[in-house]
Amino acid sequence: MPGLLEVNHLSISFFTPRGEVEAVRDVSFSLNAGEVLAVVGESGCGKSVLCKGIMKLLPPIARIKSGSICINGTDITGYGERDMQRLRGKLFSMVFQDPMSVLNPTMTIGAQIGEAVKVHQPRIAKKELTEKVIGFMELVGIDKPEERMKMYPHQFSGGMRQRSVMATALAGNPKILFADEPTTALDVTIQAQILDLLRDVQKKLGTATVFVSHDLGVVARVADRVAVMYAGKIVETGTVEEVYYDPRHPYTWGLMRALPAFSKGQDYLYAIPGMLPTLIDPPKGDAFACRNEYALAIDYREEPPLFPITDTHYAATWLLDKRAPRITAPVRRWKDE
Amino acid sequence: MNEEILLDVKHLSHVFSLSKKVRIQAVDDVSFQIRRGEIVGLVGESGSGKSTVARCVMNVYRPKEGEIFYKGINLCDRKEFREHKRMLQSKRQFIFQDSDSALNQRMKVWEIIAEPMKIQHVTPPRGTLRAEAEFQMHLVGLDAGYLDKYPPELSGGQRQRVAIARALAMEPELLVADEPIASLDVSIQAQIVNLFKQLQRQHGFSILFIAHDLAMVEFLCDRVGVMHHGKLVEMAPVKELFEAPRHPYTRSLISAIPIPDPKRERARKTGKEMDKEWMDA
Repeated sequence: MPGLLEVNHLSISFFTPRGEVEAVRDVSFSLNAGEVLAVVGESGCGKSVLCKGIMKLLPPIARIKSGSICINGTDITGYGERDMQRLRGKLFSMVFQDPMSVLNPTMTIGAQIGEAVKVHQPRIAKKELTEKVIGFMELVGIDKPEERMKMYPHQFSGGMRQRSVMATALAGNPKILFADEPTTALDVTIQAQILDLLRDVQKKLGTATVFVSHDLGVVARVADRVAVMYAGKIVETGTVEEVYYDPRHPYTWGLMRALPAFSKGQDYLYAIPGMLPTLIDPPKGDAFACRNEYALAIDYREEPPLFPITDTHYAATWLLDKRAPRITAPVRRWKDE
Repeated sequence: MNEEILLDVKHLSHVFSLSKKVRIQAVDDVSFQIRRGEIVGLVGESGSGKSTVARCVMNVYRPKEGEIFYKGINLCDRKEFREHKRMLQSKRQFIFQDSDSALNQRMKVWEIIAEPMKIQHVTPPRGTLRAEAEFQMHLVGLDAGYLDKYPPELSGGQRQRVAIARALAMEPELLVADEPIASLDVSIQAQIVNLFKQLQRQHGFSILFIAHDLAMVEFLCDRVGVMHHGKLVEMAPVKELFEAPRHPYTRSLISAIPIPDPKRERARKTGKEMDKEWMDA
């Protein structure tokens, strides 16, 4: 059975005056209905470009070089702006990191959610529209929607703004929701609430979600499956249990060890040495090799393929080759405690 | 650790008047002390007044009530402040959350780092200002290749390192860091927190570290204060606070720290339940 969203060998490049930036390189994944896929990686690894690329929201200098995007079995790779506009909102929607820059400061919250509803139902009666807006505000957990719909974004707190943005995103009843770091700008307590809301809504409406984040701690709460991205490639993918309890890629180990929870009682936190390589001319072989303390000689020469570990768990590292030395993951297993 | 009290905040209150009628009590009767060489964390949700406390300590705001003493000098007294202005303005340094807007885009990195020395007319101990900037950059883990770059050419973590180098150039005794890691990636956060810890050990300054990420605070700080609606609701040594939090708000904050473990994370209470629990308490 084909998934709701199938991305096959997708490569997206930015053609800048300084050269071609290969932001997404040969990425394949599928998303089933009602599932939450988390895309994790450092900033600059191409996770946002991937989402925007699928929705075709990138500037004209970016181009899909190769690969295909299929939705419900229909190939939308070649769709133009007009076709895409019909899909946006109905089929997929996006929630961004900073809610203040998405909302119009001169319009009331109710009017903005109403606007999103109207796009999909232009002939809707005024009374029905108000009811719908109130319905969406209740869905995303805003108390007293009748009063709050007459308020402006600046009168809302960060968490409430993010809830309003989610209401506008859900107005077209999309099948897929792209959430691009929706909780990064929020506090810990509010972050937990928004994550619960995401899961809640996703259960109620059956919306499939692509959740982009740089924080593995946050992802554990919401995701069904995880894809770890590095330098434009997916380096490890699997169910949330597989990736958290049995991570195989050295980069995933690094991300895990960088969390303060894993360094408890130690003097210094673990930090992945070095920086992301520039993607203008990506290094030969494994892009992570120069930051990887377990790098093998072959890592510098040849790019590792995705090695299967189970049916759902894949990792692109030569350490999984049968000729490679056995290395135990330097990550403390939470499960064993 | 030294027992000398470096900073003494006594009954600090600050009110913002938005209009004639609307007033916001941003800070309400906050008292705490920072000893020499101590890292004190201040946590709380946004709008709880942590940044206002930091700004009062740095003389950005004049507090409406209360007093702040830095090495016995009353910072709120204009005359006393003026007398010690030079010392105060160089020995206390501020690091901001948004390194993007904290650094002048039209200045090169070495000019940014050397600017405080120029302003305070400090003779650079290593000959030229440029050499001094290079030395400070080396301390924060940037090599000389970045001397002539402009801030937009650097990544977020590198920019924050430049901001730290600029603060360190004056050899401060008190560093006030207002959410210095909030806008960075987890792996970069770890690098910057390590840097703070390492520099503190080398230089022995005190840090007032403001954050909303409790996990990082637990790792870095000696003592932590929890702020809620302008009040300091709990202040305790870091171990005590995390093992036996007294105030219900502290408890709800600690239980909201994400755990990188899917099974445990899902077994936990939802944010709403936690909120309810502490509202009831």
